[in-house]
Amino acid sequence: MVEKRTFLSAILPHVVLILGVIVVFFPVYVAFVASTWDAATIANGQMGLRPGPHMLENYHRTLFVGTASSTREPVGNMMLNSLIMALMIAVGKIIISIFSAFAIVYYRFPFRMAAFWIIFVTLMLPVEVRIYPTYKIVSDLNMLDTYWGLTVPLIASATGTLLFRQFFMTIPDELLEASKIDAAGPFRFFKDTVLPLSMTTIAALFVIQFIYGWNQYLWPLLITTKDSMQTIVIGIKKMIVTQDALTEWQLAMTTAVLALLPPVIVVVAMQKLFVKGLVETEK
Amino acid sequence: MAEVTLSNIRKVYPGGVEAVKAINFAIPDGGFCVLVGPSGCGKSTLLRMLAGLETITEGECRIGGRVVNDVEPADRDIAMVFQNYALYPHMSVYNNMAYGLRNRKTPEDEIARRVAAAAKILAIEPLLERKPKALSGGQRQRVAMGRAIVRQPQVFLFDEPLSNLDAKLRVHMRVEIKKLHNTLKVTSVYVTHDQVEAMTLADMIVVMSAGKVEQIGTPADVYSRPESVFVATFIGSPAMNLVKGVVSAPGMVQLADTMVACSTGSVATGTAVLVGIRPDEVVLGAAGTHRTAVNFVEELGPSRLYHSTFGGEDFVIQAPPKSADPKAESLAFDIPHHAVHLFDAASGRRIG
Repeated sequence: MVEKRTFLSAILPHVVLILGVIVVFFPVYVAFVASTWDAATIANGQMGLRPGPHMLENYHRTLFVGTASSTREPVGNMMLNSLIMALMIAVGKIIISIFSAFAIVYYRFPFRMAAFWIIFVTLMLPVEVRIYPTYKIVSDLNMLDTYWGLTVPLIASATGTLLFRQFFMTIPDELLEASKIDAAGPFRFFKDTVLPLSMTTIAALFVIQFIYGWNQYLWPLLITTKDSMQTIVIGIKKMIVTQDALTEWQLAMTTAVLALLPPVIVVVAMQKLFVKGLVETEK
Repeated sequence: MAEVTLSNIRKVYPGGVEAVKAINFAIPDGGFCVLVGPSGCGKSTLLRMLAGLETITEGECRIGGRVVNDVEPADRDIAMVFQNYALYPHMSVYNNMAYGLRNRKTPEDEIARRVAAAAKILAIEPLLERKPKALSGGQRQRVAMGRAIVRQPQVFLFDEPLSNLDAKLRVHMRVEIKKLHNTLKVTSVYVTHDQVEAMTLADMIVVMSAGKVEQIGTPADVYSRPESVFVATFIGSPAMNLVKGVVSAPGMVQLADTMVACSTGSVATGTAVLVGIRPDEVVLGAAGTHRTAVNFVEELGPSRLYHSTFGGEDFVIQAPPKSADPKAESLAFDIPHHAVHLFDAASGRRIG
């Protein structure tokens, strides 16, 4: 397609995009600024748009000490919990879904399509819908306040299986046949051909699921009661809603900024693979 | 190396479709057998049954005397070249070729030796470290053949290996495959829908149609004595002319508006026949017994095709450019007796 480049057509997309960036980025910037002032300045409404002098102090206190009243636990610990939860969910989902998709695509077993549709239907049953029975099972299994309780119910879902199934179906059948003739059994075919070809899809799924896991709110809120098992998203919420004390806004904002970092790092680090995994067509 | 024997091989798909109907033939040790036919005739299915990629519904398939019906593809001692090459995209050329050997626990130095030898034969030595993505179609084809060669199998199976290449490269690779076969002398089964490939490569052509064997023979046999109308029209380009007629007297066939003299052998007078005449066996000459109007002319370079009507049917005459005027409006020609093929009009089988 040949497009005539006019001044307007060159400028307009940029204007729209820059406006979009400002809308998204400004609140983040305000949060960052707030994390560099002391509580009094913020409470008095004297905080400007320039970073203040208390940055190191705030971050140090948030990470290693925690708030005075509401959360009692240093945020560093919460971040570790969140990280473990997000990694377990991402890795667990990848492992479960790559194997289930492999089975569905490459094995002929009775009720294969039924199995696929049962997995598919779970898309319509997110944790929020089945929250009571799931909670009951987790608590009966004594998994409350454990990492397994936090992650296992979230690992079982269909998104990854669907993504891998779609990808596997684009792998030419001849590769499977060539593998058979080359004396590669099902496991070798998986390890030597399917897995290397799936790397970009795995990366894409990892990014999506890491962020999904990191941002979990409702489930950790139910499952964790001990302070030591709190995740960072729960921590922020607890810091903000305090009935009988002043919200320590500078710490809440510091926590918010810290909570942003790992997903951003994951996205930036895996961006290339991520995009490739979603658009890759070459086999 | 081994001979391949197929006895009463049938393939019925679960839906009840019979893709291959009771096929019998044997390929001698070191032979080059080409399965040819239009798409859907069952030739690929037959090859895939040989490879073990499809189950055999009925019948017996032997490779080197051993019944392989229930043997895994990996244990049949065959190697296969696929139409789309099926190279492992994430492996280098070297690893593509080495993969099957590694899975069979061949020692690494033996692998290196065999890959080097195959790469030398195929002239792909500079490409060994590349990924398939970085290769041209012809190079990928060579690698796919290399992967088959290093295995030193008893039988090579080729599934339309040249159909993804452009016309020029196809001719080139055809010659390469022929040379390779002359060097290695490994029994080969080759599937194609291209009759030129079939004619040039084969020691033994198996012409298939609708799951059945139409004719088995050497390329010369199949071309000069087609056993059925199907074979007659499928092999040879331009296709054989077919004209309806009736045997009117011994040695004479009555067409719609003319007569053709030929040896009718034992064919009874009054039999409805199809008269087959190859376009290039028609002899042009001013004194010819037949005369026909030329509808249009196709110039091929080394020869020319005159499209005309004869015996009420479309009729093509192929002649060297010098033998007639390119603008001729009508042509006189003779049909030598030996050029006439007679087929039964009802069954399509050869009768004389």
